[in-house]
Amino acid sequence: MRTGAVGDTVQEDAIKNGGTLLGADELVLNMGPQHPSTHGVLRVKLKLDGERVRGAECVIGYLHRGVEKIAESRTYQQFAPYVDRMDYVAAVSNGLGYCEAVEKLLNVEAPPRARVIRTILTELQRIASHLLWLGTHALDIGALTPLFYCMREREEILKIFEKYCGARLTTHAFRIGGLQYEAYDTFEKDVERFCLDFERRIQEYVDLLTGNSIWIGRTRNVGVLNAADCIALGASGPILRASGVKWDLRKAQPYAAYDQYKFEIPVGTNGDTYDRYMVRIEEMRQSRLICLQAIEKIPEGAILGKVGKVLKPQPGEIYHSIEAPKGILGYYVVSDGTTQPYRVRIRPPSFINLQALDKMCRGHLVADVVAIIGTLDIVLGEVDR
Amino acid sequence: MAEEPKPPQSPESPKPESPGAAPAPPAAKPAGAPAAKPAPPAPKSPAPVQVPLDSELTKRYRARFGSAILDALEDRKQPYLVIKAANLAEIARYSRDEEKFDLLEDYTAADWPRREKRFDLVAVLYSFPHNTRLRLKIPVVAQERPSSLVEIWPVANWLEREIFDMFGIEFAGHPDLKRILLPDGWQGHPLRKDYDILQQDSAWVRENLGIESGQ
Repeated sequence: MRTGAVGDTVQEDAIKNGGTLLGADELVLNMGPQHPSTHGVLRVKLKLDGERVRGAECVIGYLHRGVEKIAESRTYQQFAPYVDRMDYVAAVSNGLGYCEAVEKLLNVEAPPRARVIRTILTELQRIASHLLWLGTHALDIGALTPLFYCMREREEILKIFEKYCGARLTTHAFRIGGLQYEAYDTFEKDVERFCLDFERRIQEYVDLLTGNSIWIGRTRNVGVLNAADCIALGASGPILRASGVKWDLRKAQPYAAYDQYKFEIPVGTNGDTYDRYMVRIEEMRQSRLICLQAIEKIPEGAILGKVGKVLKPQPGEIYHSIEAPKGILGYYVVSDGTTQPYRVRIRPPSFINLQALDKMCRGHLVADVVAIIGTLDIVLGEVDR
Repeated sequence: MAEEPKPPQSPESPKPESPGAAPAPPAAKPAGAPAAKPAPPAPKSPAPVQVPLDSELTKRYRARFGSAILDALEDRKQPYLVIKAANLAEIARYSRDEEKFDLLEDYTAADWPRREKRFDLVAVLYSFPHNTRLRLKIPVVAQERPSSLVEIWPVANWLEREIFDMFGIEFAGHPDLKRILLPDGWQGHPLRKDYDILQQDSAWVRENLGIESGQ
């Protein structure tokens, strides 16, 4: 429960902008925090003129657990599982970012075999995250079938995770310095089988949605964000690419083993909800190609680099960011020379992308807000941390 | 890394409180931490990771802003500038317009209670044209009210609200500075080092949730 009356700040806003509270035909509508289309506990205060949105203010923090504070009283290794609980539908990506950041802080590198397996799992996770996004986003807009299709394929990926490390969602798949577990016997075969089958599956989603006139009507020119606005608002990931910026951290500053594989960066032109859909669909195809290339030749050798059991990085700091499924996921880690991080700052893509909601919603209908929240692909666990 | 140049001074040189430089030993680890040692630099520790930086980029900054650039360092191959809070806005604007750091990738803070300037604001800048990053570190005291960067990078809006929420640093010129993750009526700023990990605003919890704290 929050102090203050509902809509008070939107009203203050109106006063600041020269209005007297709300206009005669304006009203404030409170959407969430318990609303199926807000993908968790997000509350949006909408200022409406009839059906038109004049402004949207997000109220967040319902899922705040103080992850950054917890980090300061855990050792570097102990904190690793906590990052899985931020973007809990892409836990593997979170773990990769954190482990690589601490490795850089320690000045160690994961061995080549670990890097390749990390890349495969992270790309599978990207597919799984995009599948969950596609299913729920389509469901929000009114298409029921894609959800079942997407969950079906996502299940296959989660089974691979489960076989690999025993967990499906909050995997804690990686360790600082490499991997804890060797790939299981049929790992390559499972990934290959999934990838070969998946091309056909993507085509099913495309057949259902891409040319569908209802889908086009609900997504084209909805929530347009151009490249300049994206950069000014810090929006990254598929949102940035849909606005035409051909930029991906996997290419710009390769990490893990991405420099070894060929893949394209899909871009859009309009920066609308439809383009973001097209970009994510194509990203799944590219992730599939990366996985296929990677399993062809997984280098032999150790999976854990030379890191001690007690990690004491030299005093100093590091900023490391990766291209998570939702955008730039950055870790700023400060060491004071002890076994516990002095400060861990997480740059969450969902939190920063969500800030664009207000700009994207203005002028649209209430029903479009649902489409726009969906297209932002936020996970509240990461927004609130 | 082996090719790092030898630093001109040893890590033991008496400069522990210099703002933005190598972190001083921790002032107070939260209670419950296993006997936090003040981490004295080992006598045979390898070359320190912070080295003074003298690149083309820092030369341009120094030429332009002179004494407002307090220090230019490199930590594990990542450059950062320590700058005066008074010049934050103009340095930020110059970084965006002239040096093409068009993205404010992240903006956060760290608390160093024993320093004269208690907080470090840390801005991570990214340049799309050059594909490089630069960190700006701005040592501030709690009441200093550094200028807001919202006009320069609109993304700073929520980031500054989060810093205000977690550290209690206010920004001059922010359009709507209020808490973002914690409830509006909450007392205290949790990411300050003197805020214990088990601490919470029990009055708020009792009043609004109807339960006792420390569940």
